[in-house]
Amino acid sequence: MTTTPTSSRPAVRRTRGLQASRTRVALLLLVPMLLVLAAVAGYPLLRTIYLSFTEYNILQDPAPKWIGLGNYWFTTDEGVGLGVLQTPEWWQSVWNTVRFTLGSVLLETVLGLAFALIINSKIRGRGLLRTAILVPWAIPTVVSAQMWNWMYNDSFGIISQWGQKLGFLHTGESFLSNPDTAMAALVAVDVWKTTPFMALLLLAGLQTIPSDMYEAADVDGASPWTQFWRLTLPLLMPALLVALIFRTLDALRVFDMPYIVKGNAPETITMSIYARQELILNSQFGFGSAISVMIFLIIMVFTAIYVTSLRVRFD
Amino acid sequence: MKKAFAIVSLTAAFAAASHGGAVTLTFACDSVGQGYDECQKGANAWAKQTGNTVKLVQVPKETDQRLALYQQQLGARSGDVDVYMIDVVWPGLIGQHLLDLKKYIPQAEINQHFPAIVQNNTVGGKLVGMPFFTDAGVLYYRTDLLKKYGYAGPPKTWNELATMAQKIQAGERKSNPKFVGYVFQGKNYEGLTCDALEWISSFGGGTIVDSSGKITVNNPKAVEALRTIQGLVGPVSPQAVTTYGEEEARNVWQAGNSAFMRNWPYAYSLAQDPGSPIKGKVGVAALPAGPGGKPAATLGGWQLAVNAYSKSPKEAASLVQYLTSAQEQKRRAIEASYNPTIASLYKDQAVLKAVPFFGSLYSVFTNAVARPATVTGGKYNQVSDAFSTAVYSVLTGKSAPGPALKGLEGQLSRIKGRGW
Repeated sequence: MTTTPTSSRPAVRRTRGLQASRTRVALLLLVPMLLVLAAVAGYPLLRTIYLSFTEYNILQDPAPKWIGLGNYWFTTDEGVGLGVLQTPEWWQSVWNTVRFTLGSVLLETVLGLAFALIINSKIRGRGLLRTAILVPWAIPTVVSAQMWNWMYNDSFGIISQWGQKLGFLHTGESFLSNPDTAMAALVAVDVWKTTPFMALLLLAGLQTIPSDMYEAADVDGASPWTQFWRLTLPLLMPALLVALIFRTLDALRVFDMPYIVKGNAPETITMSIYARQELILNSQFGFGSAISVMIFLIIMVFTAIYVTSLRVRFD
Repeated sequence: MKKAFAIVSLTAAFAAASHGGAVTLTFACDSVGQGYDECQKGANAWAKQTGNTVKLVQVPKETDQRLALYQQQLGARSGDVDVYMIDVVWPGLIGQHLLDLKKYIPQAEINQHFPAIVQNNTVGGKLVGMPFFTDAGVLYYRTDLLKKYGYAGPPKTWNELATMAQKIQAGERKSNPKFVGYVFQGKNYEGLTCDALEWISSFGGGTIVDSSGKITVNNPKAVEALRTIQGLVGPVSPQAVTTYGEEEARNVWQAGNSAFMRNWPYAYSLAQDPGSPIKGKVGVAALPAGPGGKPAATLGGWQLAVNAYSKSPKEAASLVQYLTSAQEQKRRAIEASYNPTIASLYKDQAVLKAVPFFGSLYSVFTNAVARPATVTGGKYNQVSDAFSTAVYSVLTGKSAPGPALKGLEGQLSRIKGRGW
């Protein structure tokens, strides 16, 4: 009777000791990974934030010069605003990016859902269909962007030829060259390219819905329309939200496709293209870093809104 | 084991070879038109002569893109590329990362070149680039079409160009629906800065920023110039000219789909190529002038420079010396219509036979208008970017010339900040 508690005490101590040493070993094993992570993710991020408080032209200046918040907000004695937040080009790029994001994500979600539903239904040749819709996603962005650039070309591009034949465009005009349609033309490229990705994510979500629920709904006499709104959509919600977050954040960071197709034209310049313009072309590492930090903050705010207001669970 | 031995002996062989004097140079040259091939030919000739090897790298077509790439390499103090071909407006931007060529190339040879270009390439007493070829914007026209529509010669003013282009376009569209009157570089990039400087300067509207650093671009003559060109887009220039760089414009023109084109001299020999649809129908003239102004051509041109971080500066300088020599410049002028930077070559009979307009437009090339690169120094790129963006929004009709230039003035003073 009396031996039990005494014998259990060292046992507890032993397991505790074992747990502690296991934790130690785990930590030790994690250290290299954490160091690598700090080096490749933490350091660049912190350095960008640091550089955003400095004036630093990589070609001319020997070292960064601390100027505090000057890159964000600074008014000279003559009343000239020099900060990012006082720069109209910056706000132009923000507005363009927002328009691009809204347009492309909305269309991609609707089309992606439609594709996912079609592929998920038992139709003939759906294996082939599934492969076929993945093609645009499989082509590297640089290649597809250049391809579209040619299709939009005013003198030999197929899209402009159609547009000119059907009377939407004048001779020598293309959807890209008209500032009013340029953004829509870019959204079209992005929709073509990324809808498959959306469809794939949603298809994965659809396949987790058990089929007996639909059988039960059929027995209860629910129409396909009701089944979609009452059954499919609510159960698909988690997958849909994750897909939406992915796409929104991607669209807010978009650089390659619009840059290749349209360069830094003011009507389509995105936040990332503007950041590249200042960082790389103008060598303004301080000012460019401030732009990057602003992009980072904007994306963080979007993520926070999504995650909290929609109560997304990642587990 | 055998493999390891092979690797070791190969490495040893390479090491021995590099100690033996023969080096491999990396050369970032050209890619517009036949630029790459011509650079390759010249570099190969030098390599054969000296026993070294030259590796040519593929570079972006547009000058802004090239600059972005080179700035990254030089900013990181990388010696990966030994010899760079640099634009006429870059010495002030990247000069401190380039070698002083005075130490390697005899003064007598430097003195052969146009003094203005040598001056342009001298930064803080250092000669950072040897003149490779010079450039100025010229007007290309179709001699056959001018004759067909009853014109004796190329247009002298922008209004004349508009009238002629309109008439030719209207006539040609009947058989060729793709035909347009006039193409130029209207995309938002450095090329548009060159074109727009020509328009403004030919109206007497100055050079964006004057030599004392004052921002002069917001003036009535510049407004007038932009209004005139804005009026061309649509009626005689395709709307999509705002997506054209040098090569896009040349493609339209060389396919026989345009009456006039603004471009650099390199387009001449390509248009006169045996396979070209417009061979023998190509005329070259000075660009038109504004009312009361005189024709203006923007000074372009490229220099050869040696990376200050190069591991073989001596060989690199020797390659530069070879490629910028009179003999090589003559070959490039005859084979590919690149303008020499050596005055005597403009009187060379072989050169004049191959490219007749080098003689007749000599004064255009020697009196070309420089972009405000020297006065704006390290901020030139920002100035040029702001300028071309403002002009671009005028060309696309998003902005009227007056407000655009007023906005540009504000933006330029923001870039200027406390000084250039």
